[in-house]
Amino acid sequence: MAKIITKNLNLWYGEFQALKSVNASFREKAITAIIGPSGCGKSTLLRVFNRMNDFIEGFRITGEVVIEGKNIIDPTADLIDLRKKVGMVFQRPNPFPLSVYENIIFGLKIHSLVEGKNNYDEIVEQSLSSVLLWDDLKDKLNKSALSLSLEQKQRLCIARLIAVKPEVLLMDEPCSSLDPQATVRIEELMRELKNKYTIIIVTHNMQQAARVSDETGFMLLGELIEFLKTDIIFTAPRDKRTEDYITGRYG
Amino acid sequence: MPRHFDEELKGLHKEILKMGVMTQEEIFKSIDSLQNRDQSQAQAVISSDERIDELELAIDEKCIDLIARYQPMAGDLRFIATAMKINADLERIADLAVDISQRVLEIIDKPILKPLIDIPKLSEVAQKMVKDSIDAFVNRNVELARSVVRSDSQADSLRNKVSDELINDYMARDAKTVDRAVPLLLIARYLERICDHATNIAEDVIYMVEAKVVKHHPEELD
Repeated sequence: MAKIITKNLNLWYGEFQALKSVNASFREKAITAIIGPSGCGKSTLLRVFNRMNDFIEGFRITGEVVIEGKNIIDPTADLIDLRKKVGMVFQRPNPFPLSVYENIIFGLKIHSLVEGKNNYDEIVEQSLSSVLLWDDLKDKLNKSALSLSLEQKQRLCIARLIAVKPEVLLMDEPCSSLDPQATVRIEELMRELKNKYTIIIVTHNMQQAARVSDETGFMLLGELIEFLKTDIIFTAPRDKRTEDYITGRYG
Repeated sequence: MPRHFDEELKGLHKEILKMGVMTQEEIFKSIDSLQNRDQSQAQAVISSDERIDELELAIDEKCIDLIARYQPMAGDLRFIATAMKINADLERIADLAVDISQRVLEIIDKPILKPLIDIPKLSEVAQKMVKDSIDAFVNRNVELARSVVRSDSQADSLRNKVSDELINDYMARDAKTVDRAVPLLLIARYLERICDHATNIAEDVIYMVEAKVVKHHPEELD
């Protein structure tokens, strides 16, 4: 079933059109990868899903992005509710300069989702467990999140999202600052998480897209060129532009 | 954008072509040894098998190396996967040429059982199928590949004809012919197997070029 549907989505930054009539359907509880060369619009598309482009100068958008029946780019859409439902993991892990514990409950506090320390404790444990950090950090909850390793920081950022019970996880190059071992472990985590969440990942790493995703979209110059099951797009893409990009002939 | 990888793929392409040429030569020599009762030719086929085995290993190693280094995708991946399969088919064809030569050596000193009619026909079909399948690979010619797949039934019927004749007209009538008829029966079987391998190659060429699986899906052929 589709979790996110885009209909004739166009987006401009001033005169520059960054997305051109994007029509796509992102499957629920699956991992969808968006690939394409730099500047193709893949991060812009990802950021549409929790409206992070809205404040960029010259931003203009037309079309529809439907999540659970609601057009989330409608100006009347509830942004706070959207960002609770659709969380984002960035290229470089960006924990707050707070303790591990405070990082996890930060979202709960600002959304006033949960009251009381006992409830917080439970959610901190659940969130850290779901990113396989609990055993490592249960005795270091008051330690500054900035002292963690890069991989732990990225896991913590994912745990911080999970704490507010989102439905969609957007990941923008989530492993690009990690070493190969940490990358494999984050990919394993993504496979675990897709049982509960809809994941959309933007990546330059085609092998990663091939390894981890169920479906893949290829973008070029703001257009979604092809959107296919991952096993098909990497063995038998239909469009020559996709073939040229994934075999390194583009550019 | 020119890629170093393309040079590597060209090299692999050349090696497969070399393997194809060597294999075709072995089939030709093995059939020739049968028709001309040429012992030295038959022995030459048997002794050159080692070279083909070595080339097979080298090609396999090259393919694995390219996969490990370049992590190929799409058309590149299909090309390398196909090269590996064609390599194995060609090596099997060369083995069958050895098998033919060994049977030739078994009958070479015995009186001729019968003039050969359908076996030479079958061998022509086999040689053409192998040649065409390799040409189809080299030129990415899917039409030629399709015609190879279609001609496999011709090989099957020729082989059945040979078997029927040898069994019913010779072995069933005179048990003394068995030691000369069985090798011929086997040679027909080997030639038909060569045609099966050529068919595999042609099917793989269609996959390589069109990403279409026609193996076990004859309806996809048209």
